Amino acid sequence: MTPRKPWREMGLTDSEYDMVLKIMGREPNRVELGLFAVMWSEHCGYKNSRPLLKLFPTDGPRVIEGPGENAGVVDIGDGQALVFKIESHNHPSAIEPYQGAATGVGGIVRDIFTMGARPIALLNSLRFGTLDNERNRYLVRGVVAGIGDYGNCLGIPTVAGEVYFHPSYEGNPLVNAMCVGLVNTAEVIRAIAGEVGKPLLLVGAKTGRDGIHGATFASEELSAESESRRPAVQVGDPFMEKLLMEACLELINEDLVAGMQDLGAAGLTSSVAETASKGGCGVVIDVEKVLRREEGMTPYEVMLSESQERMLIIPREGAADRIQEIFDKWGLDASIIGHITDNGMFTIQEGDQIVGEVLVKALTDMCPVYHRESRVPDYYTRARLFDLESIPHELDYNNTLCDLLNVPSIASKKWIYQQYDHQIMTNTVVVPGNGDAAVLRIKGTNKGVAVTVDCNSRICYLDPYKGGMWAVCEGARNLACSGARPLAITNCLNFGSPEKPDVYWQMDQAVRGMAEAARVLQTPVVSGNVSLYNETRGGKAIYPTPVVGMAGLLTDVSKRLEMAFQDPGDYILLLGEVRDDIGGSEYLCLAHGVESGAVPDIDPADEAKLIELILSLNEKGLLKSCHDISEGGLAVCLAESAIKGNIGAEVKLALEPGQRCDGVVFGEAPSRVVVSASPQDLDGISAKGKELNVPVTVIGKVVGQYLEMAVDDQVIIRQEIGKLASIWGRAIECQMD
Amino acid sequence: MRFGVVVFPGSNCDADCYYVIDQVLKAAVEFIWHKETEIKGFDGLILPGGFSYGDYLRTGAIARFSPIMQSVSDFADRGGLVIGICNGFQILLEAGLLPGAMLRNNSLRFSCLPVNLKVKTDQSAFTGGFEADEVIALPIAHGEGNYYCDDVTYQELLDFDQIAFTYCNKDGLETPGANPNGSRGNVAGILNRERNVLGMMPHPERFSEGILGGEDGARIFASMLKSFKEGLG
Repeated sequence: MTPRKPWREMGLTDSEYDMVLKIMGREPNRVELGLFAVMWSEHCGYKNSRPLLKLFPTDGPRVIEGPGENAGVVDIGDGQALVFKIESHNHPSAIEPYQGAATGVGGIVRDIFTMGARPIALLNSLRFGTLDNERNRYLVRGVVAGIGDYGNCLGIPTVAGEVYFHPSYEGNPLVNAMCVGLVNTAEVIRAIAGEVGKPLLLVGAKTGRDGIHGATFASEELSAESESRRPAVQVGDPFMEKLLMEACLELINEDLVAGMQDLGAAGLTSSVAETASKGGCGVVIDVEKVLRREEGMTPYEVMLSESQERMLIIPREGAADRIQEIFDKWGLDASIIGHITDNGMFTIQEGDQIVGEVLVKALTDMCPVYHRESRVPDYYTRARLFDLESIPHELDYNNTLCDLLNVPSIASKKWIYQQYDHQIMTNTVVVPGNGDAAVLRIKGTNKGVAVTVDCNSRICYLDPYKGGMWAVCEGARNLACSGARPLAITNCLNFGSPEKPDVYWQMDQAVRGMAEAARVLQTPVVSGNVSLYNETRGGKAIYPTPVVGMAGLLTDVSKRLEMAFQDPGDYILLLGEVRDDIGGSEYLCLAHGVESGAVPDIDPADEAKLIELILSLNEKGLLKSCHDISEGGLAVCLAESAIKGNIGAEVKLALEPGQRCDGVVFGEAPSRVVVSASPQDLDGISAKGKELNVPVTVIGKVVGQYLEMAVDDQVIIRQEIGKLASIWGRAIECQMD
Repeated sequence: MRFGVVVFPGSNCDADCYYVIDQVLKAAVEFIWHKETEIKGFDGLILPGGFSYGDYLRTGAIARFSPIMQSVSDFADRGGLVIGICNGFQILLEAGLLPGAMLRNNSLRFSCLPVNLKVKTDQSAFTGGFEADEVIALPIAHGEGNYYCDDVTYQELLDFDQIAFTYCNKDGLETPGANPNGSRGNVAGILNRERNVLGMMPHPERFSEGILGGEDGARIFASMLKSFKEGLG
């Protein structure tokens, strides 16, 4: 018989176990082994991604806190700051979509108010398999209801998001949730432990057996056995979270806490270890003091439970009584579970008996780091060499436009966002569907904040380096299109197994592309999360999906922009080049069944110039609408502006020699936007374009009730706006109901 | 006039209501914690939207047992103005201050969207600032706003002019297509027989400033203010 190797069940490799032995100088007991297993999981330890994450630019004049805290903090002037972060809850959502998505929201919200900030907005980035499959529709229903029910109950508006449907996510959906908070800069709380002897207070929900080893589960491939890991999925209670949030914000408001840390992945283990590690101290806790919702829990279970809606608090000197009063007011249970020590050890007791003792730094700083093997995949080379001239030029443009508007990834997401309360807190001044980003006013000021999440994973698959740039540029562009200057980035890196050289190469390339674009656009990365091992049965990795969440600032919120065309007679202009690239486009996939081709060139410097142009034109009040060209190309962009304005457009384009008509109409080359403006402002816009070296082309007029596009004087598209609106507006609803 | 916004655990539109009264109406307003047992010095009460007690058991079912609710009931009996919005409406139904009950939306989904409403009566402190049959716009955001009552109750609501708002299309027609949740008779808001208690599912506090997309909501609060001042005069 081979000897039992319990570490393997917990997700540690044999060599990692050897490291544990070396550190401990003895065999760890089950509790201690459990601590290592969760803290050294990819989810907590970033052991496969840490070398790559170092590539991101993280500094900037506005950055108050970069990566390393619960969330990034960015200065927005007037003594105020934005706190934001995005996080994944992919694996739980694949098994139990409602609770998986709901607790994803709960976790990210706690990260924000742990920093002392009032959460003001939620966003999400979702990926599913295609809607023709009942299992996928079930996942969509569950995830959307889970996100909605949790956020709605908390009273935080869900203001923006993105949703794509693609076979690569079959069986492994992605659920990334982002939260944005507002804080007075002076009141930012950092998770730092106090002096020796200071008590540790655990408050909120009672601890149960749910979610044990959730972090480990999130760090391995989904498999046929994953269904049996359902107990590793946590269960959410948004009402408890609401009480916890209000109580914690009240504590901070009265300056009663020295340190605060939410319990997320790896529960009490991670929360206590992180707090002690940052404070450079030791800690002793007694598991018997942890209030429980079920009997007979072992120390191991208490330490690894991922029960939701819990918070660890280190009170300020003399504040204990007042803290207790506030918890009583909100009906919350709290108990002192331990205290800070000076010996650098994480000591776990059950009553008087020590049941585990590990060096704090061993858990947080000695996690192994892997530099994985990287290899250029064959498909990448094939895609770059794919002969796009083999794609026929002839096309029924009217049908293709209608078909594109009917693609769920392009169509209106109304069916989804109407299930989210997006107006609560009465700050949302650009609601979902109306602009390229959501815009929130900041009460008591003239300022506004714009937020967006973006990633085109087909582009990332075909060329992860360009794809990484693409996601950052698109995010920044979307913010500019709503009138905001991009400030900073949070990201969620969703990939397959890093142990596969092809996948690691995707990660490496995507991160390098993102980092480069972030540098050029001066939008540092202030927070983020990594989700690896996103693979489905059969071991096929998802398309690389490095989701970018971005926040931007409007100094004058009355200058916000939306996508809708406004008045008949207005001119329609293209800012950026007339380009005809079709590689990696939705059009190429839909009309020709090809997901290949060289990805259109992208240069963040061009994007930066375009953003400057949009912002300076808008500053002068010259723009009446603004919408970027993305999936579905120019034609879909025009259709959406027309549908939103309920007014038609007549557009005339001329091809340069050698340009493809289908590419000009449906191609997705980046760094381009469509704006509308009053006739008297054309000269001013053109002059500014010349000054900033961005091509400006008048392409048509807002008029009538039809979208009409002519190329070289031949009308190729003529569709009634009402018909387009109906197709675009009902595409998802028709498949879901 | 002094407004009070009652805060239950899980209320989440309390701050929004407070903001409108304070910043838009420029009237006096204070929060009232649900554990209070006395309502003193207030002339109008707002029961805000949210998920009081997490909506566990049934929307509004636990909140009605909050200590404050007896005082709310007494306040209404004395003729004080009470407006319950969304979850506040659900609480008023559970507390028996208004007739009927709420079912889940017929779509079985939460719905957040702007709707058109027909003002069915201008004969109340809440709707005095409108023309009867006027079409206004307000947002809804609820999962259980499907108003139900039996035939007798519905007839009484009609007979006593107790229906304050109905869902309609932009031409003012109360069509099934304009009904976002399946409410009986497209009912969006009702008054008590004495006309000093209003429950409504749409959120007036969310359309009380132009920057948010509409100002019709502020007219409801302004009507309350005007009616109170006239009452004093």
